[in-house]
Amino acid sequence: MTPLLEIDTLTIGFGAAPPVVDGVSFSVMPGKTLALVGESGSGKTLTCRSVLRILPEAAQLRSGSVHFAGTAAPVNLLGLSEREMRRIRGDRISMIFQEPMRSLSPLHRLGNQVAEVLRLHRDMGRAEAKRTVLEKFERVGFADPERAWRSYPFEMSGGMRQRAMIAMAMVAKPELLIADEPTTALDVTTQAQVLGLINTLRSETGMAVILVTHDLGVVANMADDVVVMNKGRVVESGSAAEVLSAPAHGYTAKLFAAAPMIPEVAKPSRALPHDDVILDLKNVTKTFTMRAGGWRKPTLVTACRDVNLQVSRGKTLAVVGESGSGKTTCARVALGAERPDPGGEVLFYADTGDAPLPVHGMSAAERSRFQRQAQMVFQDPYSSLSPRMRVQDALTEPMEIHGIGTRADRRDKAAEMLRWVGLNPDMMARFPHAFSGGQRQRLSIARALTLDPKLLICDEPTSALDVSVQDQILNLLEEIRDRAALSYLFISHDLAVVARIADEVAVMRAGVIVEQAPPRTLFYNPQHPYTKALIAAQPEPDINRPIDLELVARGAGAPTGWPEMFRFDGITAPMLREIEPGHLVRCHA
Amino acid sequence: MNFVKYAVYRFGTMLLTLVVVSALVFFIINLPPGDYLSNQIAELRATGQAEGVAKAEFLRQEYALDRPLWEQYLIWVGFAPGPNGFSGMIQGDFGWSFEFDRPVAVIVGDALWLTVLVNLAAVLFVYVVALPLGVLAAAKSETWVDYTAGFLGYLGLATPNFLLALILFYYGHKYFNLPIGGLMDPSFEGQPMSAGKVQSILLHLIVPTFVIGTSGAAAMMQRLRANMLDELSKPYVETARAKGLAPARLLAKYPLRMAFNPFVADIGNLLPAMVSGSVLVSVVLGLQTIGPYLLAALKSQDQFLAGFVLMFVALLTLIGTMVSDMLLVLLDPRIRYGNRET
Repeated sequence: MTPLLEIDTLTIGFGAAPPVVDGVSFSVMPGKTLALVGESGSGKTLTCRSVLRILPEAAQLRSGSVHFAGTAAPVNLLGLSEREMRRIRGDRISMIFQEPMRSLSPLHRLGNQVAEVLRLHRDMGRAEAKRTVLEKFERVGFADPERAWRSYPFEMSGGMRQRAMIAMAMVAKPELLIADEPTTALDVTTQAQVLGLINTLRSETGMAVILVTHDLGVVANMADDVVVMNKGRVVESGSAAEVLSAPAHGYTAKLFAAAPMIPEVAKPSRALPHDDVILDLKNVTKTFTMRAGGWRKPTLVTACRDVNLQVSRGKTLAVVGESGSGKTTCARVALGAERPDPGGEVLFYADTGDAPLPVHGMSAAERSRFQRQAQMVFQDPYSSLSPRMRVQDALTEPMEIHGIGTRADRRDKAAEMLRWVGLNPDMMARFPHAFSGGQRQRLSIARALTLDPKLLICDEPTSALDVSVQDQILNLLEEIRDRAALSYLFISHDLAVVARIADEVAVMRAGVIVEQAPPRTLFYNPQHPYTKALIAAQPEPDINRPIDLELVARGAGAPTGWPEMFRFDGITAPMLREIEPGHLVRCHA
Repeated sequence: MNFVKYAVYRFGTMLLTLVVVSALVFFIINLPPGDYLSNQIAELRATGQAEGVAKAEFLRQEYALDRPLWEQYLIWVGFAPGPNGFSGMIQGDFGWSFEFDRPVAVIVGDALWLTVLVNLAAVLFVYVVALPLGVLAAAKSETWVDYTAGFLGYLGLATPNFLLALILFYYGHKYFNLPIGGLMDPSFEGQPMSAGKVQSILLHLIVPTFVIGTSGAAAMMQRLRANMLDELSKPYVETARAKGLAPARLLAKYPLRMAFNPFVADIGNLLPAMVSGSVLVSVVLGLQTIGPYLLAALKSQDQFLAGFVLMFVALLTLIGTMVSDMLLVLLDPRIRYGNRET
């Protein structure tokens, strides 16, 4: 069988620098899915973009060829004129991108944007084009295709936008679909459904797929063949079954070891005692008023409802949920950045046996002390460090604000903290841009540690990082927690990340906690359909354990559509009940 | 339907703003001690011209200048009855110019429409020049096209308007036989509209439009270029390329639409900047706009004339912002549906 696409010794570089894609060769078979795996900077995105020739302007194609066979006569895509190339883009080869939020124009209706492909490549009347697009919309899972046709992208959720992108890529029935990290920006349950959709469409239409990803779990669920890239070179390739069951190259093995997984659990763990609590959230509800401007009535949005959480001293409490579940609001309330609605309170116990300190009713002196004892690590290490401050200034600033020590003391402390997080104190004079994403996150952690806090609130500290770096940061956080006797409130959307670091997990959905238990109990005996969906949706790097889409769909839907026992009546949720010691589930009795 | 509601709401806020502006204008003009007439009376007394004093006293009463300031204000706007009943701006009586000894309406009559004409021409010029140059500079960024456009832009920004005016007059007259000064041939002044008059006005408009619009166009071009460059690096542009869209159509349909917002939003700012910027130009070029009148009125505390001119500029500004707000709502669905629950 001849390959549909054959990339041969492709080399791409910028300016006079050494190539960033170096002699890459692989081929894609018709009707098959090839996964291009690698971390950021591996050259995987440039490689797949060179197929469509939509590289950044400064990039130079230095050598190599990309042969595309398909239904027409075989051509070398790199040798085509720009005009000939345009005829292939969107028609015979199409592409979907990572960020569905930003990859669609916010000013044009979806129907317009999708039908544009047909207007460009097919000699189709307006009515016929619309009919074809509506069929596609229905096929990718829009319940009301007419409405989708009229909608603007910002009126839809991320998952729906990605479906619209897929419809756009599929509407001209391409022979090859290039998907560049199509699900990285999506929640895990949405990811499962979108991956399922791409798979079904592929088998229906017989097109081939190049799937660019960093997630071996996604590879196991999708790919027939795998190409692993590192630093611009192919380090390993072969069938998915071979590569995943016995990775030959050290880099692939490293990726495997770092991939977060939900462990197989033989027996549940004991309930976590709540006798020595550092932070206590009591009946926290937070309602936001959305001002609509002008003459419209403001609307009330409840971000989180009736949340009771206790962080035990020296332990990690993880709050898991998808975007919009209210987990970040909880963290902000816990830190005192938001005030809970009347009736709720947050108590802080600085030391064992101390009198409780209400986080939202402190005097200025108490507040200053609380801010020293409770610090935060943010999600995005690129924007949480000022690009104009040297590392030393960024690290000593918190101590300056609180008037701690002399200049020399502060410097020593900063150096010590750098050593703690595995960085060299020699780096103190540098600016953040000289550091990689993982190193920057280490810097943020070091900065949070300079005040000797007792409680660290981590808001998705690893979700902007590569898998192997994520693994290192999690190790570091665990090590520091034990070394400095810290307590963590850990916010995440990823159950597998939480699995290793948490002592207790609270799963949130639609502003309420739906299930809470120690992680092992949760994985051994998940009760709530949403928890089950989260666990099922986690892609495992094991080709024999595909995602159970049905289970995902059942739990990830609207709370009013859950099984009788767990169903919400409108926004009225059932009670959170303790079904066994330390295991709470929101269900009807 | 929603749009109509918004338009009505926006019009209401415009009227309110106008009232606030009128109060500010009136009280600021009256901040310096005394007024035109009391100054004049003092002067006449000093030189012993009794009958002049009588006339000035009569005018003082006629225009209620002897009453408290807030009453004067209400009478001026037309909220309260003056000595001759309600006759304020709302009723269409703009007051008396003491400096020119004629009703304000008569003085500014023609100048009003010429001002609107000159400034609309200048705004049009700004958009017509800035749009293609800005887009071109962004699309061909860091090539000679970009550099040339940028150079011309900075040149336009940096050249003083009156200097530009003099240069253009000289060369315009020398090579194209363009008329110098004024907004129409003197023989048409005070004449009813005719084809000849229109032609004369258009011919006279060329240089002033260019002079008043150049710096605005240069600034606008730079802004549009920057906006376009921002937009060109957005992922949706890549999506459009991956669809197989040709560069020119892609540029026009996606990034330009997005970069258009600030472009449209500027209409409101552009108008007052041009009107106040053109005061000096009008004096230099001898244009019969309200600019020179404003200057004269402010100097001599001719309060009704100054007040009227300022109110007129404020009205232009408010209409400009209203138009740009409405256009934005029409152009950008995010603003239209921004607060709708999804």
